[in-house]
Amino acid sequence: MRHYALLVLLFSSITTLSQNCDNTLTGKVTDIHDGQLLIGVTLTIANTEQSVQTGLDGIFTFSNLCNDTYYIQVSHPYCLTKGFKVRVYKNTNKSFKLEHHIEELNQITIEGKAYSNKSKTVLESSINKEELERFSTGTLGNALNSLSGVSSLNTGNGVVKPIINGLHSSRIVIINNGVRMEDQRWGVEHAPNIDINSAGNLTLIKGAAALQYSGDATGGIIIVEAPKMAVKDTVFGKTSISGISNGRGISINSRITKSNLNGWYTSIQGSLKRTGDTEAPNYLLSNTGVFEQNASIKFGFNRFDYGIETYYSVFKNQLGILRASHLNGAQDQVRGISSPIPLIINDFSYNIDAPRQGVTHHLGRVLGYKELGRRGKLSFQYDYQKNNRLEYDIRRGDDRNKASTDLELITHTVQSNFESNRSNTLQIKTGIIGRYQKNYPNPGTGIRRIIPDYTKYDLGAYAMFDTNINESLIMEIGGRFDYTHMNVYKFYRKSFWESRNYDTLLPEIVVEEVGTQILTQPKLNFYNSSATLGATYSFKDNYKLFFNYSLASRAPNPSELFSEGLHHSSARVELGDLRFNSEVGHKFAITLQNNNENFSFSIQPYINTINDFIVIEPVDVQETIRGNFQVWEYRQTNAQLIGVDVDASYPINEKLKLNHQFSLVKGYDRSRDEPLINMPPANFKNEIVYKNSEYNNLRISLQSAYVFRQNEFPNNNFEVYIPQTETNEIVDFSTPPNAYHLLNFNSSIDFKTSNKTALTVGLEISNLLNTSYRNYLSRLRLYADDLGRNFLLTFKLNY
Amino acid sequence: MKTMKFLSTAIFASALIFSCSSDDDSTPEPVLEEEVITTMTITLQPSDGGADVVLQTQDLDGDGPLEPVVTISGDLSENTMYSGSIVLLNETEDPAENITEEIEEEALEHQFFYTIGNGLDAEADYNDADSDGNPIGLDFVLSANSVSSGSITFTLRHEPTKPNMGIEDAGGETDIEATFDIAIQ
Repeated sequence: MRHYALLVLLFSSITTLSQNCDNTLTGKVTDIHDGQLLIGVTLTIANTEQSVQTGLDGIFTFSNLCNDTYYIQVSHPYCLTKGFKVRVYKNTNKSFKLEHHIEELNQITIEGKAYSNKSKTVLESSINKEELERFSTGTLGNALNSLSGVSSLNTGNGVVKPIINGLHSSRIVIINNGVRMEDQRWGVEHAPNIDINSAGNLTLIKGAAALQYSGDATGGIIIVEAPKMAVKDTVFGKTSISGISNGRGISINSRITKSNLNGWYTSIQGSLKRTGDTEAPNYLLSNTGVFEQNASIKFGFNRFDYGIETYYSVFKNQLGILRASHLNGAQDQVRGISSPIPLIINDFSYNIDAPRQGVTHHLGRVLGYKELGRRGKLSFQYDYQKNNRLEYDIRRGDDRNKASTDLELITHTVQSNFESNRSNTLQIKTGIIGRYQKNYPNPGTGIRRIIPDYTKYDLGAYAMFDTNINESLIMEIGGRFDYTHMNVYKFYRKSFWESRNYDTLLPEIVVEEVGTQILTQPKLNFYNSSATLGATYSFKDNYKLFFNYSLASRAPNPSELFSEGLHHSSARVELGDLRFNSEVGHKFAITLQNNNENFSFSIQPYINTINDFIVIEPVDVQETIRGNFQVWEYRQTNAQLIGVDVDASYPINEKLKLNHQFSLVKGYDRSRDEPLINMPPANFKNEIVYKNSEYNNLRISLQSAYVFRQNEFPNNNFEVYIPQTETNEIVDFSTPPNAYHLLNFNSSIDFKTSNKTALTVGLEISNLLNTSYRNYLSRLRLYADDLGRNFLLTFKLNY
Repeated sequence: MKTMKFLSTAIFASALIFSCSSDDDSTPEPVLEEEVITTMTITLQPSDGGADVVLQTQDLDGDGPLEPVVTISGDLSENTMYSGSIVLLNETEDPAENITEEIEEEALEHQFFYTIGNGLDAEADYNDADSDGNPIGLDFVLSANSVSSGSITFTLRHEPTKPNMGIEDAGGETDIEATFDIAIQ
C-alpha cells in the first residue's frame, strides 16, 4: 500500500517540461443541431482574462499560448456559459459545439463529448440523454440492449440483466455517478438497481480497460452519469407521462434543476411506474406486474478549480415473477415445459403476488475535487450503499406472507483520485480505494440463508498513463492491484459438509455443530492484479484503429463460494465451493472505426480468454421428497469467448438515415471442449430513421431486429421417471427456441408551447406485428412466450 | 501538495479504521427450516382387524444430498379394504412439527392424488372433503383386490385446480411425491 502512496506523490512531483509559449489555439463554434456557425461567441481564458470573439466566419484564434492546459469559458447570448478544459500542444485546433434548446442547456459539448473519455484505447459506446429518454419506461438493461455487443438475460420484463460480449452478473461492473454498484447482482434473476431516468448519459466499455473504476470487469463496465450542471442562473425541468398498453400501466418522471452563476446547483428527480399483468400475443402473463418508485437529488457547487458534489438516490421496486414459472421438481418441470401455454393463466390484475421480489437500494455520495494548477486535479469521494433484497415464494401456513430471502448489504467506500496535467504529452491517472461491506441475511425467513453473513474489506490502487507519441498515435498503459479479505459465517448442512469431504479437508474452520448443521467461519483472501495496454492510431482523416489488451482478475462472489441448497427461483440445487480462487481474463480487442459524415462504421473483433472461469453446470439429479431436482455445481474451467460487433450508419440524405448493427459471440469451455451456456445468439438490427428539424423535430424510425437461433449450447437435458404415467420423460432445459424477427416503430414530435416551454409527444410500438417468440436468454422461455405488441404514448413537457 | 498529503493520510486512516472496527465476533443463529416436509407416513388399517401396513418416506436433510429412505412394513392382503390416513412431519425441528395440521387448515389449496401402477390390482378412493366438498386426500380407502404387485404413488399438490378430474388436469406444484412398490398376497 505504502508504495502506491509514494507513487502518487512521485507523479505529482514530475518537473515541468520546458515551455514554448508561441502556440495558437484556433477553432470554430457551431450549433450542435444544424452545424451552423455561431457568430459573436465570447471565449475567455480563465486566470489570464485573455478574451476573443468568433468572427463572421465563426472562427476564433488565441495566440501566444504555452504547451499547457487552459480553462476556457465559452459564452453566447442565446446559449449557456460554460467552462472547458483544453490541452494546447503546438498549434492546436479545437471546435466547440453549443446547443440552444432549453432542455439541453447542460449539454454543451466540446468535440461532441460532454462526458470525458474513460479509456483512450477502447472504443466506447454511449447513449446520450435524448436516446435515453426513449427508454424512460424501461430498464437500464433495455437501454443498453440498443448497443451492439450487448444483450440481456431476462426474467420477464422487469428483470433485465445486461450481457456484454457474452458475460454478465459479477463480470460486469456498473458505476452509478462514480459509485460502484453493490446490489447483489450475482443471481440470474437480480437486475441492476438503477432508475434509467436518473441518468444523463450511459457509457459502455467492453472489457476491463478502464482500471480507474475496477480491475475485475472481465465482461465490461457500464458508467451511468447524472446530467451535467451548468454554471448559470437558471431553473429548468421536465415532466413526462407515459401510458403503456401492454401491462395497462403508467409511468411518470419529473426532474427540476436550479443552478446559479456562482456555481451552486440543485437537481431533484423522481419517477414512478406501475403496470399490471403483461400479455404475450395469445395469452396473459399472470403475475408480471411492476411497481417502481425512485428519487434522486444532486446538489453542490462547481467552479473551474474546485467543487463539491452530493448525490443521493433511492430505488425501490416490486415485481411479480410469472406465476406459471414457479414449479417444484423435475416432474413438475416436465409439465411446465411441455405445455404449449403457461400452466397458470388468471384474469388480468394489478396485484403483485408471490413469487415476487422487492428491492430497495440507497446510494449516497459526496465528492470533492480541486484543480491544483498545473499539477493536476485531485478528488476525494466517500459513498454509502444499502441494498435490501426480499424474495417471496409460494409458501404454506404461517410463512405465507413471509419473505423467503431477506438480505441486507451495506457498503462504505472511500477513494481518492488524482489526474496529472503536468506534462502535455503524458497524462497520468492514479488513485486508491478502500471499501468495507457487510451482508446480513435475516434468519427470520424460516429458510436457510442463500448468502451467508459476511464482512468484506477491499483495498485497491491503480495508475494509468497515456501519452501522445505523435499527432496520430496515442499509447495507454495501466495497472491495478486489489486486495480482498472476506470474513464469513456460514452454516452448512452436515450431510453436505461430509459429502464434500470438508470435514477432513477444512476441520479448522468449524466453529460449532448445531443440530444437523455446522457453523463454519471461513476467512478468505484474494490478491488480484489487473492491467491494460493499448494504442490508438488515427489515419486518413476519419479512420481510427484501436488496439487494447486488458488483464482482469475477479474474486469469486458469495454465491459461487457458498451456494448450498435448493434455489427455488431456478428450481435446482446449486452448490458452490469455498476453495475457489480468482478468475483471470485476458481480452484482446481491435477496433477499426471510420467516422465519416457520409458513411461511418466500426468493426470490433475480440477474443477473451478466461482462466479459472467459474461456471455452473448440472452434475446430478437429486431425489427429494418434493420430487427430483437437478444438481448444478460451480466449477472452474478455462473459457474462451470470441466475437465481433459491427456498427454502420449511412445517411441517404439530410433527413433519412440507415443504421445497422450486427453482433456475434461464441463461447467455449476449453477444458471440456463444449459450448458455454446462455451465450447470446447472433443478431442483426437494421433501422431507418427520418428526422426533420425544420418540421418540429419530427422523428420517425422503424427498426427490424432479427435474432438467430443459438445452435451451440451445452446439452443439460436429463431424463426423469414420471410415476403417474409410468413413463420416462426428458426435462428439456437446454434446447434453444427458434430464430425470430421483431419490428419496432418509434416516433416523436416537438411543439413549442411558449417561450420557455416545449412539449414532445412520442409514440412507440414495440413488437409491431405481435409476433409470438421465445428468447433463449429469458429464463421464462421454458414456460411462456415473450411480450406481445406494446403501444407507448409519451407526453413530455420541458420547462 | 499539502492537500495531497492530507487526503492520502485521510484515506489510509479511514481504511485502517474500517479494518479495525466492527470486527465483533457474535455468531449468527442457525435457521431451522419451517416448511420442509421430511417425513410422510401412510397408515393402512385393514377393516378385518389385522395388523396395520405402514408406508413411510423420510428425508431428514430436506434438500440436502441424502436421498429419502422408503420403508414398507409388509404386504397387503387380498380382497381387503384398508382405511388409509396420511401424516406429514417436519423432523428437522425438535419436537417434530406436524405439517398435516397445516394441510388441513389450508385444505382448499391442497389435494393428494393416488396413482396405482400397472400390475397392482387395487383402487383408492377419497374419504374426506374440504369446505367446498372437494377431496383433500389425507384420509382414503384402499381396496386391495387380487394377488398382484406394483407401485402406488402418493402426490401432494399445492394450489391445484379444484375440483379436477384427477392429477392430469389438477396442475399446481408438487409438495410431496413418493412411490412405494407393494404386493398383495
